[in-house]
Amino acid sequence: MKLAYWMYAGPAHIGTSRVASSSKNVHAVMHAPLGDDYFNVTRSMLERERDFTPVTASMVDRHVLARGSQERVINNITRKDKEQRPDLIVPTPTRTSSILQEDLQNLVDRASLSSNSDVILADVNHYRVNELEAADRTLEQIVRYYSNKARGQGTLNQCLTDKPSANIIGTFTSGSHNQHDCRELKRLLRDLGIGINRVIPEGGSVGDLRNLPKAWFNIVPYREVGLMTATYSEKEFGMPYVSVTPMGVVDTAEFIGQIQKHINTWAPTLLGRKVNYGSYIDNQTKFVSQAAWFSRSIDCQNLTGKKAVVSGDATHAASITKILAREMGIHVSRAGTYCKHDAEWFNEQLQGFRDEILITEDHTKVGDMIARTEPSAIFGTQMERHIGKRLAIPCGVIPAPVHIQNFTLGYRPFPGYEGTNQIADLVYNPFTLGMEDHLLDLLGGHDTKEVITESLSTDEDLTWNLESKLELNKIPGFVRGKIKRNTEKFARRKGITNITIDVPYAAKEALNA
Amino acid sequence: MPIETVETPTFECETGNYHTFCPISCVAWLYQKIEDSFFLVIGTKTCGYFPQNALGVMIFAEPRYAMAELEEGDISAKLNDHEELRRLCLQVRKDRNPSVIVWIGTCTTEIIKMDLEGIAPKLETEIGIPIVVARANGLDYAFTQGEDTVLAAVTHRCPEHRISSGKQCKTERKLLTDSPTRQTVSNYCKSGSNNHPPLVLSGSLPSTAASQPNLELKRQSIRVSGWLPAQRYTELPSLGEGVYVCGVNPFLSRTATTLMRRRRCELIGAPFPIGPDGTRAWIEKICSVLGVKPEGLEERENQVWNNLRDYLDLLREKSVSFMGDNLLEVSLSRFLIRCGMIVYEVGIPYMDERYQAGELALLRDTCSRMCVPMPRIVEKPDNYNQIQRMRELEPDLAIAGMAHANPPEARGINTKWSVEFTFAQIHGFTNAKDLLELVTRPLRRNDSLRNLGWTNLSV
Repeated sequence: MKLAYWMYAGPAHIGTSRVASSSKNVHAVMHAPLGDDYFNVTRSMLERERDFTPVTASMVDRHVLARGSQERVINNITRKDKEQRPDLIVPTPTRTSSILQEDLQNLVDRASLSSNSDVILADVNHYRVNELEAADRTLEQIVRYYSNKARGQGTLNQCLTDKPSANIIGTFTSGSHNQHDCRELKRLLRDLGIGINRVIPEGGSVGDLRNLPKAWFNIVPYREVGLMTATYSEKEFGMPYVSVTPMGVVDTAEFIGQIQKHINTWAPTLLGRKVNYGSYIDNQTKFVSQAAWFSRSIDCQNLTGKKAVVSGDATHAASITKILAREMGIHVSRAGTYCKHDAEWFNEQLQGFRDEILITEDHTKVGDMIARTEPSAIFGTQMERHIGKRLAIPCGVIPAPVHIQNFTLGYRPFPGYEGTNQIADLVYNPFTLGMEDHLLDLLGGHDTKEVITESLSTDEDLTWNLESKLELNKIPGFVRGKIKRNTEKFARRKGITNITIDVPYAAKEALNA
Repeated sequence: MPIETVETPTFECETGNYHTFCPISCVAWLYQKIEDSFFLVIGTKTCGYFPQNALGVMIFAEPRYAMAELEEGDISAKLNDHEELRRLCLQVRKDRNPSVIVWIGTCTTEIIKMDLEGIAPKLETEIGIPIVVARANGLDYAFTQGEDTVLAAVTHRCPEHRISSGKQCKTERKLLTDSPTRQTVSNYCKSGSNNHPPLVLSGSLPSTAASQPNLELKRQSIRVSGWLPAQRYTELPSLGEGVYVCGVNPFLSRTATTLMRRRRCELIGAPFPIGPDGTRAWIEKICSVLGVKPEGLEERENQVWNNLRDYLDLLREKSVSFMGDNLLEVSLSRFLIRCGMIVYEVGIPYMDERYQAGELALLRDTCSRMCVPMPRIVEKPDNYNQIQRMRELEPDLAIAGMAHANPPEARGINTKWSVEFTFAQIHGFTNAKDLLELVTRPLRRNDSLRNLGWTNLSV
């Protein structure tokens, strides 16, 4: 057993549900007890999704414990098949159901006989992998299934497109900023004259997966989800992939450089010439992205050597650390990630860009580390924002886990050249502004005058008795003042001088407060 | 009241494929209510991720709630449950020093048959802190029923009621049979101001909401001798023979059963104090059982209704459907019918007809009084079917769980999150306004957007 107050990554079935609900017309049926379908809540609330989330539960209750699921799972699958006619149904075990050790595969096989949809049992060990690893696996499992199916039917499309094209692998639901990231990547590729073959899983339909090998190469923007699919395609179809995350000016250039390399393996034969993106990179870096100029500007000078701490998933934490250290001259005292399974990569990436590395899933360790370090700013998840609030240290939020305010309505990509602008703002804003910083240092604070009274006027005529005073103290601080004022207003109107415990409530009723 | 004409409620039962919160969500409000407690949820990552993610608040990173996250070694019994729990509880004691640790058993502990009730008493003596075990799992219960399992478990920890007034009173009563009036007896028995047997209220309300029933009853010169739960574990009320108990929430049937059967208390079965009608009926019932003549209740109720006029104008003849997820549905629909609404469907996870008998009777009376048919009450609803019905009936307002709140809005159906009724103050006369504020909010908001031409935004 492990004492856990907070989790950075969710359980495996969340990952599977995320992949399933990202694709078009795919339905996940969770084998789960009542209440385990809260993925629907997060999707409906955090993402403000307009459609019903295509995830339902096949309930595990006392009857299932006593007699096994028997027909129930099968019925729920075939029922979904009839009601919504999905292309694919993904029965998803949960941590609870996996202990039952039912032969779900058998039930699934039987269900697939009587339904028109394809049925694939999500193959993840719920005690060994977390949300992100599960999503990675499920995505690969689905791609593998449909590749094999297409191959069997002879419909697998392996002819390369005429013009260079790419698949983007790994943008999906509940991924904070994923939609914006994807749009920015598409824009970048379009600039380079590269077509988008397929984006998976978000918005794609599973039948279409047979066209995946048509692309010249794959792009995996996030390490957490998509690498397994990319390596599978490499092995199976000989498709190369780019796994550099194009975040920050330097890495975006590196990303484009790798793309150039992959295109140029085919370009001489298929296009009759080689491509060279050198001048594009140069132009974008200097004039489209403002980040390079920002780093050079006087403003950014004030950030030199300021201490920062970074924490998040492997992709974002690594990218942000590199940007802070390499592109802005900020001193990253500690960088960390909760993606333990990727610790080696993380370590290697950040050689020379930070003092220390912290790999942990325990937020109290992260909190202690931040308290010890006393940085000027934190770049981390919602958890670190919370820690920062306690310690009065500003925090820029990078995904994930994040909350609803990080599913922004406005366009906020992290990758690409627009991404570098967004990140520069994100980094700059938490730090105290330069001139203000100087003045605060010099003059010792904003409000140096002691506050003498809490209210602007005093009332001698009204007394609160002990009981009502205690009652008043129960009221949350941020509304207490208002309630007190309203009560006294009411009391004066009624000619009450001694405020007893029922007066505040009478006032509340009378004043629409 | 003309009861003859009224139909008896019909209960339907569907498939149980519905969305609700897992009952472990009760820790969200209980750990704040019981100030010196520590809640340890013994379960998997799935359980832990739920309150953190779906209830969406960072307070879950605060220290008085934690997961004992089961690992593979726990499931396969490679590790010893007792040892593991001792290790974690000692750590909790060291870090927080609570007055009680509440273990929340989950689906996983049920399936692997972890003997929490057996381990707790042993550990309790070892570490010197009371350990209460509640099985609030999704195999058996829905959402607010979690509180029910915790309170039922806490009931056993309340001190025995042995105050002179109760027991002595009985004996004295025998001795005093010849004395002139009953009044003398009750005067004799009274300790402090109460001229009635002790009354304990059950249900976790925020402290300000809890003082209101106290005050209302005080106006009828009834003293509330304690609440289950109290603000602190160390202040639990004493229970026993001669103590009267009454619930303030409709989902507390297990607690009520435990209070009656195990602690020999007398249960006052009343409608619940939700809405002015419910509050009045609740007080009246308590008064009648305790032999007190209620005073001024009718005026009080009318005055509250009067204050609600603006809201009632908005609600009159509007229709509403409850998808059902928190067991407050019958009380809320009774109140809304009294407000002039038409209720199409009352979905509810579980219906205890005995515990809710008073509420059901009041619903029936309200329906006949307002001349509307009884709504259909659907136990263990099926969300898919409900959505089909909703598309057909197009209610003016749908009260739905969070998973089903945004999609109906996108389809032009006004929707209210049902969870808000659980987390807002809705009890007593004073809060009737807040309750209607909640109910009317989607209507008021959508009224102001009506002419913009983007009611239906689904793709």
